[in-house]
Amino acid sequence: MNDAALTDIWVYLSASPLLGLTITLVAYGLAYRLYLRTDASPLANPVVTSVAMLIGLLLLTGTSYNDYFEGGQFVHFLLGPATVALAVPLYQQFSKLRQLWLPVTISLFCGVVIAAGSSIALARLLGGSLEIQMSLAPKSATAPVAMGISEKIGGLPSLTAVLVVVTGITGAVLGTKLFEWIRVRDDTAKGIAMGVAAHGIGTARAFQVSSQMGAFSGLAMALSAFATALLVPWLVDLIESLLPV
Amino acid sequence: MQFLNGITLLLVYQLIGEVTVRLAGVPIPGPVLGMVMLFITLWIRGQTPESVEQASSALLSHLSLLFVPAGVGMMAHFNRIADEWIPIALSLLLSTVITMVATALIMQLTTRWLVKPGAGGEGRGNE
Repeated sequence: MNDAALTDIWVYLSASPLLGLTITLVAYGLAYRLYLRTDASPLANPVVTSVAMLIGLLLLTGTSYNDYFEGGQFVHFLLGPATVALAVPLYQQFSKLRQLWLPVTISLFCGVVIAAGSSIALARLLGGSLEIQMSLAPKSATAPVAMGISEKIGGLPSLTAVLVVVTGITGAVLGTKLFEWIRVRDDTAKGIAMGVAAHGIGTARAFQVSSQMGAFSGLAMALSAFATALLVPWLVDLIESLLPV
Repeated sequence: MQFLNGITLLLVYQLIGEVTVRLAGVPIPGPVLGMVMLFITLWIRGQTPESVEQASSALLSHLSLLFVPAGVGMMAHFNRIADEWIPIALSLLLSTVITMVATALIMQLTTRWLVKPGAGGEGRGNE
């Protein structure tokens, strides 16, 4: 095969979604195998390893994110139906949920306010620009909600999408250890905390621990999406008056 | 066929959610509303159809995969992140840890205070 043929192939591949989709699945497959090899250590979170592999590969081949996303969007799209699918484990936990509705409501409200309030306040105290503070504020909500809020309060939606993923990874990696340290053992409390702080990535991790933790995490993620959308714009105004720039 | 029916149903609920959100102008994502509507449907029916069960567990068993393309988006923001990495990294890390610890403790304490241990005998989770 000569260079011209190779170039032709490359031109074809980089213009088609096939490559982006395939490398996403291959990278995740490898990352997941590594994760199983390490006895499901949260440090080998498959999202971290596959994102690192893919960024490395794209940088090495000089491929832009937009070209990659031509294919990546097919995987990204499934976040929608997957969110709808959370209704199933939630329904299976319904009797438990009915018992716990009051603690769940209180924890959700506090969790959402703490997540947004602490990220704005910390970024402000550490000298982050207003744009960064507003991009960080909805970081604990699931990506589509967070991007909408970010836009509304003056952040950068696409940066928020990245911060949302990093937040989810942070929560998924640290979660189980943190719960051990503070001696929280109920799967319901762990699930609610995971879903409020680390949305879908935390929920994916929670399902690996137990289906009850996963269901409550999914519930917390869904309800905190509502709560974040309603509370964060109001909270931003409140912080403006308490902690002027 | 079961799986196909299940996935179709999930997409139909998402679609109804998206359309409703746009028509009503509510600041909630369509899939979240779709999830609430599917939950209500399951509740009314009193059981989960096999097809929905299959499609849902197939999607949820590899939920982390679905976040990979958005995560790779980090490369488009390297400069911005490099400029302000200290406030970004510290705020994100500390805020996530604080939120997680506080929410777990609040949930644990309020469960102990507010839920009668006798209610079904499982009010205290796995303890």
